[in-house]
Amino acid sequence: MENSAIEITNLTVKFNHFVALENINLSIPKGKFIAILGPNGSGKSTLLRTILGVITPTGGNITIFGTKNSNIKPEMIGYVPQMKTLDKFFPAIGLELVLSGIVHKWSKKLKLENKNKVMEIIEQLGATSFVNKPLNQLSGGQLQRLYLARALVHKPQIILLDEPATGVDFVCETNLNSIINSYSTLHSTTVLMVTHDWTSAYHHTEDIILLNKNLVFYGDKNEAFTDENLKHTFSHYGDKHNVVFNLHQNV
Amino acid sequence: MLYLIYTKMFEIITQTFFINAFLVTILIGFVASYYGVFIVQRQMSFLGSGLAHSAFGGVALGILLGTQPLLVAVPFTILIALLIAYFKEKTSLSNDTLIGIFFSTAVALGIIFLSLKSSYTTDAFTYLFGSILSVNSTDIIASIILFIFTIIIYFAFWSRWAYSTFDVELATVDKLPVKFDNYILSVAVALTIVISIKVIGIILISAYIVLPASIARLISKTFYQMTIASIIIGILTGLIGLFISIFVDLPSGAVIVLLQSIIFLSVFIFKNKFSQLENQ
Repeated sequence: MENSAIEITNLTVKFNHFVALENINLSIPKGKFIAILGPNGSGKSTLLRTILGVITPTGGNITIFGTKNSNIKPEMIGYVPQMKTLDKFFPAIGLELVLSGIVHKWSKKLKLENKNKVMEIIEQLGATSFVNKPLNQLSGGQLQRLYLARALVHKPQIILLDEPATGVDFVCETNLNSIINSYSTLHSTTVLMVTHDWTSAYHHTEDIILLNKNLVFYGDKNEAFTDENLKHTFSHYGDKHNVVFNLHQNV
Repeated sequence: MLYLIYTKMFEIITQTFFINAFLVTILIGFVASYYGVFIVQRQMSFLGSGLAHSAFGGVALGILLGTQPLLVAVPFTILIALLIAYFKEKTSLSNDTLIGIFFSTAVALGIIFLSLKSSYTTDAFTYLFGSILSVNSTDIIASIILFIFTIIIYFAFWSRWAYSTFDVELATVDKLPVKFDNYILSVAVALTIVISIKVIGIILISAYIVLPASIARLISKTFYQMTIASIIIGILTGLIGLFISIFVDLPSGAVIVLLQSIIFLSVFIFKNKFSQLENQ
Protein backbone atom coordinates (compact mmCIF):
# COMPACT_ATOMS: atom_id res chain seq x y z
CA MET A 1 0.00 0.00 0.00
CA GLU A 2 1.27 3.45 -0.90
CA ASN A 3 0.68 5.07 2.50
CA SER A 4 1.79 2.10 4.57
CA ALA A 5 4.90 2.16 6.73
CA ILE A 6 4.99 -1.53 7.63
CA GLU A 7 3.44 -4.36 5.59
CA ILE A 8 3.25 -7.77 7.23
CA THR A 9 2.09 -10.64 5.04
CA ASN A 10 1.26 -14.18 6.22
CA LEU A 11 3.82 -13.91 9.02
CA THR A 12 4.47 -17.08 11.00
CA VAL A 13 7.20 -17.48 13.62
CA LYS A 14 8.00 -20.86 15.20
CA PHE A 15 10.71 -21.78 17.70
CA ASN A 16 11.24 -25.50 17.03
CA HIS A 17 7.65 -26.75 17.42
CA PHE A 18 6.42 -23.79 19.48
CA VAL A 19 4.24 -21.42 17.49
CA ALA A 20 4.88 -17.81 18.58
CA LEU A 21 2.98 -16.06 15.78
CA GLU A 22 0.68 -17.51 13.16
CA ASN A 23 -0.43 -16.08 9.86
CA ILE A 24 -0.32 -12.39 10.80
CA ASN A 25 -1.39 -9.91 8.13
CA LEU A 26 -1.08 -6.22 8.96
CA SER A 27 -0.79 -3.00 7.04
CA ILE A 28 0.38 -0.24 9.35
CA PRO A 29 -0.04 3.26 7.93
CA LYS A 30 2.49 6.06 8.20
CA GLY A 31 2.25 8.40 11.19
CA LYS A 32 0.05 6.28 13.49
CA PHE A 33 0.69 5.65 17.20
CA ILE A 34 -0.36 2.04 17.79
CA ALA A 35 -0.39 -0.09 20.94
CA ILE A 36 0.14 -3.86 20.77
CA LEU A 37 -1.75 -5.60 23.56
CA GLY A 38 -2.11 -9.22 24.55
CA PRO A 39 -1.44 -11.63 27.40
CA ASN A 40 2.02 -12.97 28.32
CA GLY A 41 3.36 -15.24 25.57
CA SER A 42 0.97 -13.86 22.96
CA GLY A 43 3.84 -12.93 20.64
CA LYS A 44 3.92 -9.14 21.17
CA SER A 45 7.68 -8.84 21.67
CA THR A 46 8.28 -11.52 19.03
CA LEU A 47 6.35 -9.39 16.53
CA LEU A 48 8.53 -6.34 17.33
CA ARG A 49 11.74 -8.36 17.17
CA THR A 50 10.70 -9.89 13.85
CA ILE A 51 9.96 -6.43 12.40
CA LEU A 52 13.43 -5.37 13.63
CA GLY A 53 14.99 -8.36 11.86
CA VAL A 54 16.38 -9.90 15.07
CA ILE A 55 14.14 -12.97 14.53
CA THR A 56 13.92 -14.59 11.10
CA PRO A 57 10.31 -15.57 10.35
CA THR A 58 9.40 -19.17 9.59
CA GLY A 59 7.01 -17.96 6.90
CA GLY A 60 5.71 -14.77 5.33
CA ASN A 61 7.48 -11.48 4.98
CA ILE A 62 7.75 -7.93 6.28
CA THR A 63 8.44 -4.81 4.29
CA ILE A 64 9.19 -1.34 5.67
CA PHE A 65 8.42 1.49 3.26
CA GLY A 66 8.51 -1.10 0.48
CA THR A 67 11.93 -2.56 1.39
CA LYS A 68 12.39 -6.00 2.97
CA ASN A 69 12.96 -5.46 6.69
CA SER A 70 16.32 -7.29 6.68
CA ASN A 71 17.64 -4.77 4.13
CA ILE A 72 16.62 -1.52 5.82
CA LYS A 73 19.19 0.76 7.39
CA PRO A 74 19.33 0.97 11.23
CA GLU A 75 18.77 4.76 10.96
CA MET A 76 15.18 4.19 9.83
CA ILE A 77 14.07 2.64 13.11
CA GLY A 78 14.30 3.88 16.68
CA TYR A 79 14.04 1.03 19.17
CA VAL A 80 13.48 1.13 22.92
CA PRO A 81 14.10 -2.37 24.32
CA GLN A 82 12.74 -3.84 27.53
CA MET A 83 14.77 -2.55 30.48
CA LYS A 84 15.69 -6.10 31.48
CA THR A 85 18.22 -6.38 28.62
CA LEU A 86 20.34 -3.58 30.15
CA ASP A 87 23.58 -4.47 31.93
CA LYS A 88 23.58 -1.86 34.69
CA PHE A 89 27.15 -2.73 35.64
CA PHE A 90 28.53 -1.74 32.26
CA PRO A 91 30.69 1.36 32.84
CA ALA A 92 28.95 4.02 30.80
CA ILE A 93 27.36 7.43 31.18
CA GLY A 94 23.99 8.50 29.75
CA LEU A 95 25.61 10.51 26.97
CA GLU A 96 27.28 7.38 25.54
CA LEU A 97 23.99 5.51 25.51
CA VAL A 98 22.29 8.27 23.51
CA LEU A 99 25.30 8.59 21.19
CA SER A 100 25.05 4.88 20.29
CA GLY A 101 21.76 5.78 18.58
CA ILE A 102 23.68 7.90 16.05
CA VAL A 103 26.84 5.89 15.44
CA HIS A 104 25.29 2.41 15.90
CA LYS A 105 28.35 1.19 17.76
CA TRP A 106 30.13 2.19 21.00
CA SER A 107 32.18 5.39 20.71
CA LYS A 108 35.54 6.21 22.23
CA LYS A 109 35.03 9.94 21.86
CA LEU A 110 32.16 12.33 21.18
CA LYS A 111 32.55 14.31 17.93
CA LEU A 112 31.24 17.88 17.95
CA GLU A 113 28.64 17.30 15.20
CA ASN A 114 27.23 14.34 17.14
CA LYS A 115 27.39 16.21 20.44
CA ASN A 116 25.06 18.90 19.09
CA LYS A 117 22.52 16.29 17.97
CA VAL A 118 22.73 14.45 21.28
CA MET A 119 22.39 17.61 23.38
CA GLU A 120 19.42 18.79 21.32
CA ILE A 121 17.38 15.64 21.97
CA ILE A 122 18.52 15.44 25.59
CA GLU A 123 17.24 18.97 26.19
CA GLN A 124 13.94 18.16 24.48
CA LEU A 125 13.45 15.16 26.76
CA GLY A 126 14.53 17.02 29.90
CA ALA A 127 17.47 14.71 30.56
CA THR A 128 20.25 17.32 30.80
CA SER A 129 20.72 17.02 34.56
CA PHE A 130 21.61 13.32 34.52
CA VAL A 131 23.16 12.75 31.10
CA ASN A 132 26.71 12.69 32.48
CA LYS A 133 25.91 10.32 35.34
CA PRO A 134 26.90 6.63 35.28
CA LEU A 135 24.02 4.41 34.17
CA ASN A 136 24.05 2.45 37.44
CA GLN A 137 23.19 5.64 39.35
CA LEU A 138 20.06 6.40 37.33
CA SER A 139 16.46 5.60 38.20
CA GLY A 140 14.21 3.52 35.94
CA GLY A 141 12.47 6.64 34.66
CA GLN A 142 15.74 8.46 33.90
CA LEU A 143 17.08 5.42 32.04
CA GLN A 144 13.90 5.09 30.05
CA ARG A 145 14.17 8.76 29.06
CA LEU A 146 17.75 8.17 27.83
CA TYR A 147 16.68 5.07 25.89
CA LEU A 148 13.95 7.13 24.29
CA ALA A 149 16.49 9.89 23.48
CA ARG A 150 18.68 7.20 21.92
CA ALA A 151 15.76 6.02 19.78
CA LEU A 152 14.81 9.54 18.64
CA VAL A 153 18.26 11.09 18.18
CA HIS A 154 18.66 9.99 14.56
CA LYS A 155 15.11 11.10 13.68
CA PRO A 156 13.74 7.67 12.72
CA GLN A 157 10.69 7.11 10.54
CA ILE A 158 9.47 4.27 12.74
CA ILE A 159 9.70 3.89 16.53
CA LEU A 160 9.31 0.49 18.20
CA LEU A 161 8.89 0.38 21.97
CA ASP A 162 8.91 -2.85 23.98
CA GLU A 163 7.14 -2.29 27.30
CA PRO A 164 8.71 1.14 27.85
CA ALA A 165 6.80 1.69 31.10
CA THR A 166 8.26 -1.30 32.97
CA GLY A 167 9.66 -0.08 36.30
CA VAL A 168 8.48 3.46 35.69
CA ASP A 169 5.93 5.30 37.85
CA PHE A 170 2.61 6.61 36.55
CA VAL A 171 3.70 10.24 36.15
CA CYS A 172 6.86 9.32 34.31
CA GLU A 173 4.97 6.91 32.07
CA THR A 174 2.44 9.59 31.16
CA ASN A 175 5.29 12.01 30.40
CA LEU A 176 7.05 9.51 28.16
CA ASN A 177 3.86 8.68 26.28
CA SER A 178 3.13 12.39 25.78
CA ILE A 179 6.64 12.95 24.40
CA ILE A 180 6.25 10.03 21.98
CA ASN A 181 2.80 11.25 20.97
CA SER A 182 4.03 14.79 20.22
CA TYR A 183 7.06 13.48 18.34
CA SER A 184 4.90 11.16 16.25
CA THR A 185 2.46 13.96 15.36
CA LEU A 186 5.24 16.46 14.57
CA HIS A 187 7.32 14.15 12.36
CA SER A 188 4.58 11.80 11.04
CA THR A 189 6.47 8.96 12.67
CA THR A 190 4.88 5.54 12.97
CA VAL A 191 5.00 4.22 16.54
CA LEU A 192 4.40 0.62 17.64
CA MET A 193 4.34 0.16 21.41
CA VAL A 194 4.10 -3.19 23.19
CA THR A 195 2.49 -2.65 26.56
CA HIS A 196 0.61 -4.39 29.35
CA ASP A 197 -1.00 -1.14 30.42
CA TRP A 198 -4.40 -1.09 28.73
CA THR A 199 -5.45 2.22 30.26
CA SER A 200 -2.33 4.00 29.05
CA ALA A 201 -2.68 2.40 25.61
CA TYR A 202 -6.25 3.65 25.36
CA HIS A 203 -5.38 7.19 26.40
CA HIS A 204 -2.23 7.75 24.35
CA THR A 205 -2.51 5.76 21.14
CA GLU A 206 -4.81 5.95 18.13
CA ASP A 207 -5.10 2.32 17.07
CA ILE A 208 -4.88 -0.98 18.93
CA ILE A 209 -3.52 -4.36 17.89
CA LEU A 210 -4.84 -7.28 19.95
CA LEU A 211 -2.61 -10.31 19.67
CA ASN A 212 -2.83 -13.88 20.86
CA LYS A 213 -0.41 -15.64 18.52
CA ASN A 214 -2.99 -14.78 15.84
CA LEU A 215 -4.16 -11.29 15.07
CA VAL A 216 -7.39 -10.86 17.05
CA PHE A 217 -8.05 -7.21 16.21
CA TYR A 218 -6.45 -4.25 14.51
CA GLY A 219 -8.20 -0.92 14.22
CA ASP A 220 -9.53 2.12 16.04
CA LYS A 221 -9.06 2.01 19.81
CA ASN A 222 -12.75 2.74 20.39
CA GLU A 223 -13.71 -0.48 18.66
CA ALA A 224 -11.04 -2.67 20.22
CA PHE A 225 -12.36 -3.59 23.64
CA THR A 226 -15.45 -5.60 22.80
CA ASP A 227 -16.41 -8.75 24.71
CA GLU A 228 -15.70 -10.83 21.66
CA ASN A 229 -12.19 -9.36 21.10
CA LEU A 230 -11.20 -9.66 24.75
CA LYS A 231 -12.44 -13.25 24.97
CA HIS A 232 -10.38 -14.19 21.90
CA THR A 233 -7.33 -12.34 23.18
CA PHE A 234 -7.42 -14.05 26.56
CA SER A 235 -8.85 -17.35 25.35
CA HIS A 236 -6.24 -19.44 27.16
CA TYR A 237 -7.11 -17.94 30.57
CA GLY A 238 -9.43 -20.08 32.72
CA ASP A 239 -11.92 -17.53 34.01
CA LYS A 240 -12.54 -15.54 30.87
CA HIS A 241 -15.50 -13.59 32.13
CA ASN A 242 -13.64 -12.22 35.15
CA VAL A 243 -10.72 -11.13 32.98
CA VAL A 244 -12.98 -9.41 30.50
CA PHE A 245 -14.98 -7.76 33.29
CA ASN A 246 -11.81 -6.43 34.96
CA LEU A 247 -10.47 -5.11 31.69
CA HIS A 248 -13.71 -3.35 30.94
CA GLN A 249 -13.61 -1.76 34.36
CA ASN A 250 -10.06 -0.56 33.77
CA VAL A 251 -10.55 0.79 30.28
CA MET B 1 73.61 -2.02 50.60
CA LEU B 2 72.09 0.13 47.83
CA TYR B 3 75.22 -0.43 45.78
CA LEU B 4 74.80 -4.20 46.14
CA ILE B 5 71.17 -4.02 45.04
CA TYR B 6 72.13 -1.81 42.11
CA THR B 7 74.93 -4.17 41.06
CA LYS B 8 72.66 -7.20 41.26
CA MET B 9 69.90 -5.46 39.30
CA PHE B 10 72.36 -4.34 36.61
CA GLU B 11 73.72 -7.86 36.39
CA ILE B 12 70.21 -9.25 35.87
CA ILE B 13 68.82 -6.70 33.43
CA THR B 14 71.76 -7.03 31.05
CA GLN B 15 71.23 -10.77 30.64
CA THR B 16 69.46 -12.11 27.53
CA PHE B 17 66.85 -14.04 29.50
CA PHE B 18 65.76 -10.82 31.26
CA ILE B 19 65.52 -8.82 28.02
CA ASN B 20 63.37 -11.63 26.55
CA ALA B 21 61.20 -11.77 29.67
CA PHE B 22 60.89 -7.94 29.76
CA LEU B 23 59.70 -7.82 26.16
CA VAL B 24 57.25 -10.73 26.53
CA THR B 25 55.86 -9.26 29.78
CA ILE B 26 55.03 -5.95 28.06
CA LEU B 27 53.49 -7.66 25.04
CA ILE B 28 51.33 -10.19 26.88
CA GLY B 29 50.53 -7.66 29.61
CA PHE B 30 49.01 -5.42 26.93
CA VAL B 31 47.16 -8.20 25.15
CA ALA B 32 45.78 -10.08 28.18
CA SER B 33 44.53 -6.95 29.93
CA TYR B 34 42.92 -5.70 26.70
CA TYR B 35 40.84 -8.85 26.19
CA GLY B 36 40.28 -8.96 29.95
CA VAL B 37 37.87 -6.01 29.82
CA PHE B 38 35.52 -7.92 27.53
CA ILE B 39 35.90 -11.13 29.57
CA VAL B 40 35.05 -9.25 32.80
CA GLN B 41 32.15 -7.21 31.43
CA ARG B 42 30.62 -10.22 29.66
CA GLN B 43 30.95 -12.23 32.89
CA MET B 44 33.01 -14.87 31.06
CA SER B 45 35.87 -15.20 33.57
CA PHE B 46 35.46 -18.96 33.67
CA LEU B 47 36.27 -19.03 29.93
CA GLY B 48 39.84 -17.92 30.70
CA SER B 49 40.28 -20.68 33.23
CA GLY B 50 38.60 -23.22 30.96
CA LEU B 51 40.71 -22.38 27.92
CA ALA B 52 43.91 -22.38 29.99
CA HIS B 53 43.14 -25.91 31.16
CA SER B 54 42.20 -26.86 27.60
CA ALA B 55 45.61 -25.59 26.49
CA PHE B 56 47.09 -28.19 28.83
CA GLY B 57 45.72 -30.90 26.48
CA GLY B 58 47.48 -29.23 23.53
CA VAL B 59 50.73 -28.73 25.45
CA ALA B 60 50.69 -32.39 26.53
CA LEU B 61 50.12 -33.53 22.95
CA GLY B 62 53.03 -31.33 21.82
CA ILE B 63 55.29 -32.86 24.50
CA LEU B 64 54.19 -36.36 23.48
CA LEU B 65 54.89 -35.66 19.81
CA GLY B 66 58.28 -34.16 20.72
CA THR B 67 57.53 -30.86 18.93
CA GLN B 68 57.39 -27.29 20.22
CA PRO B 69 54.30 -27.54 22.56
CA LEU B 70 53.10 -24.07 21.56
CA LEU B 71 52.68 -25.15 17.93
CA VAL B 72 50.23 -27.87 18.97
CA ALA B 73 48.59 -25.96 21.84
CA VAL B 74 47.59 -22.98 19.64
CA PRO B 75 45.35 -24.87 17.16
CA PHE B 76 44.17 -27.22 19.94
CA THR B 77 42.97 -24.36 22.19
CA ILE B 78 41.46 -22.39 19.31
CA LEU B 79 39.48 -25.50 18.33
CA ILE B 80 38.16 -25.86 21.90
CA ALA B 81 37.25 -22.13 22.02
CA LEU B 82 35.37 -22.38 18.72
CA LEU B 83 33.58 -25.55 19.86
CA ILE B 84 32.43 -23.79 23.07
CA ALA B 85 31.16 -20.79 21.03
CA TYR B 86 29.47 -23.10 18.48
CA PHE B 87 27.70 -25.22 21.12
CA LYS B 88 26.63 -22.06 22.95
CA GLU B 89 25.00 -20.80 19.76
CA LYS B 90 23.35 -24.11 18.85
CA THR B 91 22.18 -25.38 22.25
CA SER B 92 20.43 -23.94 25.29
CA LEU B 93 23.32 -24.99 27.56
CA SER B 94 25.00 -22.22 29.55
CA ASN B 95 28.55 -21.02 28.91
CA ASP B 96 29.72 -22.42 32.28
CA THR B 97 28.36 -25.90 31.50
CA LEU B 98 29.97 -26.01 28.07
CA ILE B 99 33.32 -24.71 29.33
CA GLY B 100 33.19 -27.34 32.10
CA ILE B 101 32.55 -30.13 29.59
CA PHE B 102 35.24 -29.12 27.12
CA PHE B 103 37.98 -28.22 29.56
CA SER B 104 37.53 -31.48 31.49
CA THR B 105 37.75 -33.42 28.24
CA ALA B 106 40.90 -31.54 27.22
CA VAL B 107 42.52 -32.06 30.64
CA ALA B 108 41.63 -35.78 30.52
CA LEU B 109 43.28 -36.00 27.10
CA GLY B 110 46.32 -34.10 28.43
CA ILE B 111 46.76 -36.53 31.34
CA ILE B 112 46.56 -39.50 28.95
CA PHE B 113 49.06 -37.89 26.53
CA LEU B 114 51.52 -37.22 29.39
CA SER B 115 51.13 -40.72 30.80
CA LEU B 116 52.22 -42.06 27.40
CA LYS B 117 55.47 -40.11 27.67
CA SER B 118 57.96 -41.31 30.29
CA SER B 119 60.11 -38.13 30.79
CA TYR B 120 57.65 -35.25 30.87
CA THR B 121 57.79 -33.70 34.34
CA THR B 122 59.92 -30.58 33.78
CA ASP B 123 58.16 -29.40 30.62
CA ALA B 124 54.71 -29.97 32.03
CA PHE B 125 55.55 -28.10 35.25
CA THR B 126 56.83 -25.14 33.23
CA TYR B 127 53.42 -24.79 31.62
CA LEU B 128 51.45 -25.46 34.79
CA PHE B 129 53.13 -22.82 36.94
CA GLY B 130 54.89 -20.63 34.34
CA SER B 131 58.57 -19.81 34.15
CA ILE B 132 60.07 -16.60 32.92
CA LEU B 133 63.42 -18.33 32.49
CA SER B 134 62.01 -20.66 29.86
CA VAL B 135 60.96 -17.90 27.43
CA ASN B 136 62.65 -18.61 24.09
CA SER B 137 62.76 -17.01 20.64
CA THR B 138 59.58 -18.87 19.54
CA ASP B 139 57.69 -17.34 22.49
CA ILE B 140 58.96 -13.86 21.61
CA ILE B 141 57.94 -14.19 17.96
CA ALA B 142 54.53 -15.57 19.01
CA SER B 143 54.06 -12.64 21.44
CA ILE B 144 54.97 -10.06 18.78
CA ILE B 145 52.53 -11.62 16.27
CA LEU B 146 49.80 -11.70 18.94
CA PHE B 147 50.49 -8.06 19.84
CA ILE B 148 50.22 -6.91 16.20
CA PHE B 149 47.06 -9.02 15.78
CA THR B 150 45.58 -7.35 18.88
CA ILE B 151 46.40 -3.83 17.66
CA ILE B 152 44.50 -4.63 14.43
CA ILE B 153 41.66 -6.14 16.47
CA TYR B 154 41.55 -3.00 18.65
CA PHE B 155 40.92 -0.69 15.70
CA ALA B 156 38.57 -3.07 13.89
CA PHE B 157 36.53 -4.52 16.74
CA TRP B 158 36.65 -2.40 19.92
CA SER B 159 33.54 -0.32 19.13
CA ARG B 160 31.57 -3.37 17.96
CA TRP B 161 32.59 -5.61 20.85
CA ALA B 162 31.94 -2.81 23.36
CA TYR B 163 28.46 -2.23 21.92
CA SER B 164 27.46 -5.90 22.03
CA THR B 165 29.01 -6.19 25.50
CA PHE B 166 26.74 -3.35 26.63
CA ASP B 167 23.58 -4.72 24.98
CA VAL B 168 23.65 -7.62 22.56
CA GLU B 169 20.06 -6.93 21.50
CA LEU B 170 20.76 -3.33 20.46
CA ALA B 171 23.90 -4.45 18.60
CA THR B 172 21.88 -7.08 16.72
CA VAL B 173 19.14 -4.56 15.89
CA ASP B 174 21.83 -2.22 14.54
CA LYS B 175 22.92 -5.08 12.27
CA LEU B 176 26.32 -5.78 13.80
CA PRO B 177 27.60 -9.32 13.08
CA VAL B 178 27.41 -10.29 16.75
CA LYS B 179 27.86 -14.07 16.26
CA PHE B 180 30.91 -13.61 14.00
CA ASP B 181 32.37 -11.10 16.46
CA ASN B 182 31.93 -13.60 19.32
CA TYR B 183 33.91 -16.22 17.37
CA ILE B 184 36.73 -13.71 16.74
CA LEU B 185 36.81 -12.81 20.46
CA SER B 186 36.96 -16.51 21.40
CA VAL B 187 39.88 -17.11 19.02
CA ALA B 188 41.72 -14.00 20.29
CA VAL B 189 41.28 -15.05 23.94
CA ALA B 190 42.42 -18.60 23.14
CA LEU B 191 45.57 -17.29 21.40
CA THR B 192 46.32 -14.94 24.31
CA ILE B 193 46.01 -17.73 26.85
CA VAL B 194 48.19 -20.20 24.99
CA ILE B 195 50.93 -17.66 24.39
CA SER B 196 50.82 -16.33 27.99
CA ILE B 197 50.86 -19.64 29.87
CA LYS B 198 54.61 -20.06 29.42
CA VAL B 199 55.17 -17.00 31.62
CA ILE B 200 52.14 -17.01 33.90
CA GLY B 201 51.21 -20.69 34.01
CA ILE B 202 47.98 -22.55 33.27
CA ILE B 203 46.77 -22.29 36.84
CA LEU B 204 47.11 -18.50 37.16
CA ILE B 205 46.41 -17.25 33.64
CA SER B 206 42.70 -16.67 34.26
CA ALA B 207 43.45 -14.32 37.18
CA TYR B 208 46.14 -12.59 35.09
CA ILE B 209 43.52 -11.76 32.44
CA VAL B 210 40.73 -10.81 34.83
CA LEU B 211 42.54 -8.83 37.55
CA PRO B 212 43.77 -5.75 35.59
CA ALA B 213 40.30 -5.34 34.04
CA SER B 214 38.65 -5.72 37.46
CA ILE B 215 40.92 -3.07 39.01
CA ALA B 216 40.21 -0.82 36.02
CA ARG B 217 36.46 -1.37 36.45
CA LEU B 218 36.66 -0.07 40.01
CA ILE B 219 38.21 3.23 38.91
CA SER B 220 36.55 3.86 35.52
CA LYS B 221 33.42 5.74 34.59
CA THR B 222 33.33 4.67 30.93
CA PHE B 223 34.24 1.50 29.06
CA TYR B 224 36.96 3.28 27.08
CA GLN B 225 38.57 4.51 30.31
CA MET B 226 38.32 0.95 31.63
CA THR B 227 40.09 -0.42 28.53
CA ILE B 228 42.97 2.06 28.75
CA ALA B 229 43.32 1.68 32.54
CA SER B 230 43.31 -2.12 32.26
CA ILE B 231 46.12 -2.07 29.66
CA ILE B 232 48.26 0.31 31.76
CA ILE B 233 47.68 -1.75 34.92
CA GLY B 234 48.40 -5.00 33.04
CA ILE B 235 51.74 -3.78 31.68
CA LEU B 236 52.90 -2.01 34.87
CA THR B 237 52.01 -4.85 37.26
CA GLY B 238 53.62 -7.30 34.84
CA LEU B 239 56.90 -5.38 34.81
CA ILE B 240 56.98 -4.64 38.56
CA GLY B 241 56.08 -8.26 39.29
CA LEU B 242 58.82 -9.44 36.93
CA PHE B 243 61.47 -7.31 38.69
CA ILE B 244 60.35 -8.49 42.14
CA SER B 245 60.20 -12.15 41.09
CA ILE B 246 63.73 -12.10 39.68
CA PHE B 247 65.12 -10.14 42.59
CA VAL B 248 63.63 -12.37 45.30
CA ASP B 249 63.86 -15.51 43.16
CA LEU B 250 60.16 -16.48 43.13
CA PRO B 251 57.95 -17.68 40.22
CA SER B 252 57.10 -14.66 38.05
CA GLY B 253 53.47 -15.61 37.30
CA ALA B 254 52.62 -16.04 40.98
CA VAL B 255 54.30 -12.76 41.96
CA ILE B 256 52.53 -10.78 39.19
CA VAL B 257 49.10 -12.21 40.08
CA LEU B 258 49.71 -11.65 43.81
CA LEU B 259 50.71 -8.04 43.13
CA GLN B 260 47.56 -7.53 41.05
CA SER B 261 45.43 -9.06 43.84
CA ILE B 262 46.98 -6.68 46.41
CA ILE B 263 46.27 -3.70 44.14
CA PHE B 264 42.71 -4.90 43.58
CA LEU B 265 42.09 -5.17 47.33
CA SER B 266 43.75 -1.81 48.03
CA VAL B 267 41.69 -0.02 45.37
CA PHE B 268 38.53 -1.72 46.63
CA ILE B 269 39.19 -0.65 50.25
CA PHE B 270 40.24 2.88 49.23
CA LYS B 271 37.20 3.30 47.00
CA ASN B 272 34.82 2.12 49.75
CA LYS B 273 36.38 4.45 52.32
CA PHE B 274 36.28 7.32 49.84
CA SER B 275 32.59 6.68 49.07
CA GLN B 276 31.80 6.57 52.80
CA LEU B 277 33.58 9.90 53.33
CA GLU B 278 31.77 11.39 50.33
CA ASN B 279 28.38 10.27 51.71
CA GLN B 280 29.05 11.76 55.15
